[in-house]
Amino acid sequence: MKVLVTVMPKVGVLDPQGKAIGHALAGLGFAGVGEVRAGKVIELEIAETDAARAKQLAEEMARKLLANTVIESFRVEVA
Amino acid sequence: MQAAIVVFPGTNRERDMALALRRATGRKPAMLWHRDTELPAGTDLVVLPGGFSYGDYLRCGAMAAQSPIMRAVKDFAARGGHVLGVCNGFQMLTEAGLLPGALLRNATLRFLSMDCHMRVERADTPYTHRFRRGQVFRATMAHGDGNYFADPATLDELEAEGRVILRYATPAGEVTEAANRNGSARGIAGIASANLRVLGLMPHPENQVDPAIDGTDGMPLFESLAETLASAA
Repeated sequence: MKVLVTVMPKVGVLDPQGKAIGHALAGLGFAGVGEVRAGKVIELEIAETDAARAKQLAEEMARKLLANTVIESFRVEVA
Repeated sequence: MQAAIVVFPGTNRERDMALALRRATGRKPAMLWHRDTELPAGTDLVVLPGGFSYGDYLRCGAMAAQSPIMRAVKDFAARGGHVLGVCNGFQMLTEAGLLPGALLRNATLRFLSMDCHMRVERADTPYTHRFRRGQVFRATMAHGDGNYFADPATLDELEAEGRVILRYATPAGEVTEAANRNGSARGIAGIASANLRVLGLMPHPENQVDPAIDGTDGMPLFESLAETLASAA
């Protein structure tokens, strides 16, 4: 079962990467882009048929390794 | 003092660290591999050196914090052992939960390879007693992710408990925005655990331990440790 873990910098945590992307977009002439935040998506193939169980497992993985909850938040979706 | 330096795949500052410790103690530190599961008998200092462990995959220090040797390092710290983490080692200490906070991408987004100055905020710790309080010393920084972050409550707690040991400063000892090149919260360059035995800092004091190569500004840190651990033995 495929599970997507989206990891984002927490609100209030400086995201210089997002800022730089925002500046670059403005430089390319894209007007009206507000705040830009950059995170990452981790795709997991989990040997599990129960969606709830797969989600629970991925959340545990996120808390232990995939995200650093001091600075990042995460969201798990079963694809 | 019997020091052990942990080497991870991608670590590249272990030899400089070994040299610094040997100069301070006259003893050669043990070199451990990340897959080792225990520290050599009699180890009284563990050092996590700088580099790019596991290619900085996922987050700097995240993989290293999960490697087999880290369980032994955590147990050692819990028993009151001394653990020094420099640069990537500091990142590992935060990822392993041995020190609070995290190291974010430098505020400028640039890798910073340059000298900096640090002000010693406390000279009554195992790592700094050969400095004077307020003394400024020079060290080299070489990192892309050295921007110390913690939530305001954690920062206040660190300050209240006297756990901010080093701050970026001008050569004259002023903590200014310009001196804080990576954008660290409150100019923090190095923090310690509550018992002051675990220290993490981003700059490399082991760069400045040889009078023939860029001076000996970093030497007091290693001499402090050597003295602390010699008297404890």
